[in-house]
Order: sequence, then structure tokens, then C-alpha cells
Amino acid sequence: MTAELGQLALIFALLMAAVQAFFPLAGAALRLPAWVAVARPAARAQALFLAVSFYCLVQSFVVNDFSVRYVAEHSNSALPLFYRIAAAWGAHEGSVLLWALILGLWTAAVSLFNRALSEIFTARVLGVLGLVSVGILAFILFTSNPFDRLLPAPPDGNDLNPLLQDFGLAVHPPMLYMGYVGMAVPFAFAIAALMSGTLDIAWARWSRPWTLVAWSFLTLGITLGSWWAYYELGWGGWWFWDPVENASFMPWLMATALIHSLAVTEKRGAFKVWTVLLAIFAFSLSLLGMFLVRSGVLVSVHAFANDPERGLFILAFLGLVIGASLLLYAIRAPAVKDHARFHWFSREALLLVNNVLLVVAAASVLLGTLYPLVLDALGLGKISVGPPYFGSVFAPVTAPLFLLAGIGPLVAWRRDDPARLWRQVRWLVPISLTAAAVIAALWFRVGDLVTLAFLATAFWLGATALLPWWQRLRRREGWRGLRQPAGFYGMTLAHFGLAVFLVGVGVSNHYSVERTVRLAPGDSAELGGYRFLFQGVRAFDGPNYGADEGIFEVYRDGERVAVLRPQKRFYRVQRNVMTEAAIDPGLRRDLYVALGEPLEGDAWSVRLYVKPAVRWIWLGGLLMMAGGLLAAADRRYRTARATAAVPVSVNATA
Amino acid sequence: MLKYLLPLGLFAALLILLGIGLTLNPREVPSPLVGRPAPTFTLPRLDDPETPFDSAEQLRGRVSLFNVWASWCVACRQEHPFLMQLARQGVTIYGLDYKDTREAGLRWIERLGNPYRAVAFDAAGKVAIDWGVYGVPETFVIDKQGVIRYKHIGPITPKDWEEKLGPLVDYLEKQP
Repeated sequence: MTAELGQLALIFALLMAAVQAFFPLAGAALRLPAWVAVARPAARAQALFLAVSFYCLVQSFVVNDFSVRYVAEHSNSALPLFYRIAAAWGAHEGSVLLWALILGLWTAAVSLFNRALSEIFTARVLGVLGLVSVGILAFILFTSNPFDRLLPAPPDGNDLNPLLQDFGLAVHPPMLYMGYVGMAVPFAFAIAALMSGTLDIAWARWSRPWTLVAWSFLTLGITLGSWWAYYELGWGGWWFWDPVENASFMPWLMATALIHSLAVTEKRGAFKVWTVLLAIFAFSLSLLGMFLVRSGVLVSVHAFANDPERGLFILAFLGLVIGASLLLYAIRAPAVKDHARFHWFSREALLLVNNVLLVVAAASVLLGTLYPLVLDALGLGKISVGPPYFGSVFAPVTAPLFLLAGIGPLVAWRRDDPARLWRQVRWLVPISLTAAAVIAALWFRVGDLVTLAFLATAFWLGATALLPWWQRLRRREGWRGLRQPAGFYGMTLAHFGLAVFLVGVGVSNHYSVERTVRLAPGDSAELGGYRFLFQGVRAFDGPNYGADEGIFEVYRDGERVAVLRPQKRFYRVQRNVMTEAAIDPGLRRDLYVALGEPLEGDAWSVRLYVKPAVRWIWLGGLLMMAGGLLAAADRRYRTARATAAVPVSVNATA
Repeated sequence: MLKYLLPLGLFAALLILLGIGLTLNPREVPSPLVGRPAPTFTLPRLDDPETPFDSAEQLRGRVSLFNVWASWCVACRQEHPFLMQLARQGVTIYGLDYKDTREAGLRWIERLGNPYRAVAFDAAGKVAIDWGVYGVPETFVIDKQGVIRYKHIGPITPKDWEEKLGPLVDYLEKQP
């Protein structure tokens, strides 16, 4: 019954999405207030139906209803409750439903919070979101229905892929989807603005907090994914340039460009057309990522459900959504007047460079991801692109970005004097270089130029981020100088997070040490100043797996600092062996132990790692996310409500 | 107007490309090598640079799987436990470690287990070009005469094995 209820709710949600798309858009075009008024209630009703539908799916997992095909394929009665719930989005059908649910929630949020917007503009935004939702829900109902029955029902399910039975991966998709789907909101704002023909500053101001929140979630989702890859996929790597990782990284780069460009549009009224285009691109890349992951055109570990029919559906959907948006852009953009003038040395100009670099970075990731496909489609042969490509292409594009991120906030709008800036920052250059060398010498070894460059860049970023605060403290009214808008705090925090991230990358890439040893119980091995004492292996019984659990005591200077229990798990249903590394995390270093193969007697081959500062990579990601949320909480987005009114040009109807 | 149409034009090109990509199933690229003798090569072995892996000698006389993998390949990680299982069942598997570093390749074997009778180390990916390797993982089925009988692209799943590769290997085993 539950599954049928879920299915019914899904059909109602589709109908409601169609209502939400048709009446508001038509009403806005024909000036019918009654039709326009449908937008908000329809959006909320759609979200409600989606929530019911998703709840039914989760409930089917909770009660182990194996007569539902999707449950039978991805769950098992021995699977712990937490993972049974997470299994709801552990494979294709459920994760698309989660996508749709999150879109519904974003839409409902827009209908609740944007009261300052004119009814017509809100109706257009909600209508566009409704159109997107119609496409996604039709996709679910026609090609990927999670509520299909499987009769006769099997006695037990196939179990969830063991790689996914993990806390990190249970929470990673919802966060990532919040970001992916959140990009639909600035997209809908941009399309609504193009429809009405009023690309004004107010439009940029309304989009900004939404974009910032979506970007923050995307940042968090990617950070969680990287953390998961680090401890679950092993080898201490934190980024693999896998097509699916790239699919999340490209919209992130584009969204990062968008939040910077929105700042220019809001503050200076410049880059209006460009900002609209970025908003379209960011969401397009979200959809493209979905296509790449779901259609099976690229082979990847994440590409769980491949089906040409699904691929064709998403491709058609992609073509309609993005094609129509870009066509609308081509029709409306030429009429937009950009009056703002700025000097070559101004904050506008620097942000333009920022945008160009970020777009180039996104394009190079896209190229690397599609490269095998491009060559194949052109019949030029078959080539595989691995991390070597991305490593060599990405560094030259991002290095200037990091350096510019330091000075960008110090430069004035419209026009600034390079000599004035130089007087401000000249001391920071030698300070950054010296600090990098000192840190490397004190804790590690000096010698590697790349690592020094990473550290120096990080110090540069950190110091330049704090410089404005120092100046305000000194020059202006003391502590009251710190009373700045939340947006400014957010930016500082995010740039500071970037610095923290760079420290993590530079230090952990270069100073990590690792060793493979053969250890019998009672043996110990030295690595990086730590002594790992192997106490032997005992049997461990998990809910749906059995495991050999090794016990390692770690000593430093004769003092025990950690006990680590890595496991070699055997999942009974899927008959898979998984290596579960044990990690002692810390800001200074991670100790990482993984069991290899059992050798003769009681001995095991064991992999040991000491990875300094690797946590800083994710700490940086979290700081960036916090910065984004802080900036979104800026008061002026809330007070805008009282002052803003949307100028709607009556003759420009879509 | 024209410059505003540029994004639409680029997108249309991308759409066509993706449409073509969709018709090419990356898991079923017909290999011109099927039915032909496996390209011969001599490469150093992964575990010992001094010992050569001579394909003319190794890939002959018994039915074997020739599995192309790399430590940076996430899909190979997914495939690996199943290869271990096949090796335990007595299937002969040879490996080609593709565009990898020796250290990373050895670490992989140490940590995840070694299903391979021997692994050839192809750092430059030159041998892989001769074999028409399109991505990793890829697996070739080679018969007793050293002829390629099948090429599988992407990780081998238990389903692939039951439906295609397993029956083929059983059939080839019975041939002289």
C-alpha cells in the first residue's frame, strides 16, 4: 500500500508542477492576476506531495518491503536502520526522487521568503522552477520509477553496495543535491528577469542570498565527498578526478564565478548580461553532470544505473531547458544596456579576471571529462584521460586566481591606483615567503619549491584577508571599525578557508609518509616518528558482515597516542571484501592504518600512513561554506524587503 | 545579435556530441582485435622490473583473462573483489597496469590482494594502444591459441560473468 501511495503522490506532484508552470507563466504573460496567484499555493502543494512520496519510499525501506523492486535491489533485512534509510537515495531511482524533492523544497522556500518581489516576478520564477520539475518528475515516472513492484517478492534483498554503507556517503548526496538543485533558483531568477526584460540591480540583489546558500551546500557536499573518498576508497587520496567528482566540481566553479559576478552586478550595475549567462551555465552544468552520471556515456564507479533510454530522456530534457534558456538569452540580452564604466585597475576588472579564470577552469575540467567521448565521437581513436591531464592543466589556471583573491577585496570599485595598493601590500610579499619557509623548516623540511609556493600563497591569502580588518582597527574608530556587514565577514571567512585548504593540499601532498610492512602480533614498525605496535587480529561480527579486526597501538616518544582498529570486512550478501581503514584524526596529522592481506602464520601485510595537515583540506571547505552562509545572512537582503519594488515594464512581456 | 547566439551554438554542438556519445555504448565498443591473435609485447613485470613479461609466452596454452587496470581508476577498485573471487575459482588472470606508477600499482596489489598470475607494467600506455584500450578497466578473453575472443569494457560484474564471460571461458576450455 505504501508504495502505491507514494506513486500516487508522485503523480499528483507532477500534475501540481504542471499547474505551477503553466498558470503563473501564462498569467504573467497575459496579465491575469488570478492565474498569477496560483504560483505560491501550487509550489507548496507540489513540495508537500513530493515529501509524502519520498516518505513512502523511505518507509518501504524501513519496513523491508521487498516486493518493491528498488528496495529488493538495494536493501537487506540485515542492513542497519540508518543505512536502510540512506539506501533510499543509494541508487538511481531514489536519488532522482531526492533530487525532485529538494527542488520542491527550494521552490517552496522561494514561495515563502521572497515576499518583497512583485507577484508577477515571483510567478515567473516559480513557473520556471515548475517547468524544471515537470521534466524531472516525468523522467522519474516514465523511466525510473522507484515504486515498481517485484512479484513474487524475494525473501530478502540484494543489500546496499558496501562502498555506500558509510556515514559520509549517507549524508553526502543530500548535501550535494541541495547545492546542485539550488542552482535552479538563480537560474529561475535569471530566466524570469530575461522574460520580463528588467535586468536591474534589484534582480541581482534577490538572487544573491539564494546563490550563496546553494553554493554553500555544494561546497559542503563536495567536501563530504572528498572526505569519504579519503577514508573509504583508501590510499589517502582525497580527489580522484573521477567523472562524477568533476560533475560536481564544474557547477561549483561556475557558481563561484556567479557569486562574484553577482556582487559586481548588485554593487555597480555592471556585467548584467554576463551574470545572467553564468546563472544559466551553473545550472546547465548541474544538469549536464546529471546526464553524464545517469546516462552511462562515461564509465565511472558512481555511474550505478546505466540505461540508454534514460540517457536519451535526460539529453532531450537538457536540450529543451538549456536550449530554450540560451535562445531567450540571445533574444533579450542585446537590449540590455550596461552603463557602468570602470578603469582597468579596479575591483570590477579584477573580478572580471576572476570570472574568466574560473570559467576557463570549469571549461578545462569539462574538456577533460568529455575528452574520451569527443575523440570517440569524431572517430579519432580511443584515449583515456587520467589525473595527469587535470594536474597539469589545472595548476596554471588556478595559481593566478589564488594570488588575485588576496588583492581583489583591497582594490576600490571603479578606479584604483596600483601604486597605492602596492604600498599597502608590499610587506606581505616577503612576510608570506618567510613565513612559508619558517613553517616548512620548523615542522617539516625545506626544499620542495611547490610546497613552499603552496604555503606562501596560503599565507598571502590569509594575510590579505585579514589586512582590511587590521586597517580598520588602526585607522578608524577602534573596535567599532569591526562593525561590518555580514557579507564582508563572510567573504573574509571564505577566502581564509581557501588559505586553510591550500595549506592542507600543499603540506599533505608533500610531507605524507607511508610504508607497507609485514607484521606478526607483537611486532612494531616505525614511521614518521610514530611506533605502530601490532597486537594481533580478532574476529569481529557486524550486522551484515564479518570482519578481521586488527589492533594497533601507536606510540610517540614512548607514550601511547592512539589505538587503531582497521578491519577487513566480508559482506555476506554481496560477497564483497572491503578494507575499512582506521584513522586517528588530528589537525596536525592523521594516522592511517589499513590491513592488507593475511600472510603466513598470524602475520599480515599492513599499510601505514602519517599524513600531516590533511584535515585542513576539509576544514578549508567547511570555512568556505560557513563564509557563504554568513554572507547570505547579511541584513541588507532582509531589509531589501521594505524598500524594493520590482519595476515591471508593461510592454516587455514574454 | 550574433555574439549573443554564440552560447546557443556551442551548446548545440555539445548536444550533438552527447547524442552521438549516447549511441556509442562505451561498454560495447566492437574491437577489431576480436578473432585475431593478441598483439605481442614484452614489458617489465610490475613486481620485478628485471623480469620480463613476454606475452607470446604467457598468453598462450590456456584460456586466460587479460585485465587492464590502474591504481588511479576508481571503477577498477569496484571490480577488484570480483577478480579476487574469480582467481580463487581457478580462473587464470593476467594484468596490465596502465599509465601508473610502479609504487602505486604495487600498493594496490598489497592492499587489495593479487588475483593476477602476472602483471605487466605499461607506464607509458604504449602496449595499451596496440591493444586498442579505450579506458580502464578493460578485460580481454584469450583462448589457448592466444587469440582474442572477447573484449569487455568497464568493471566485470557477477552478472557479466554469468551471462557472457563465464560461459565463453567454459566453452573455450573445452576446445583443443
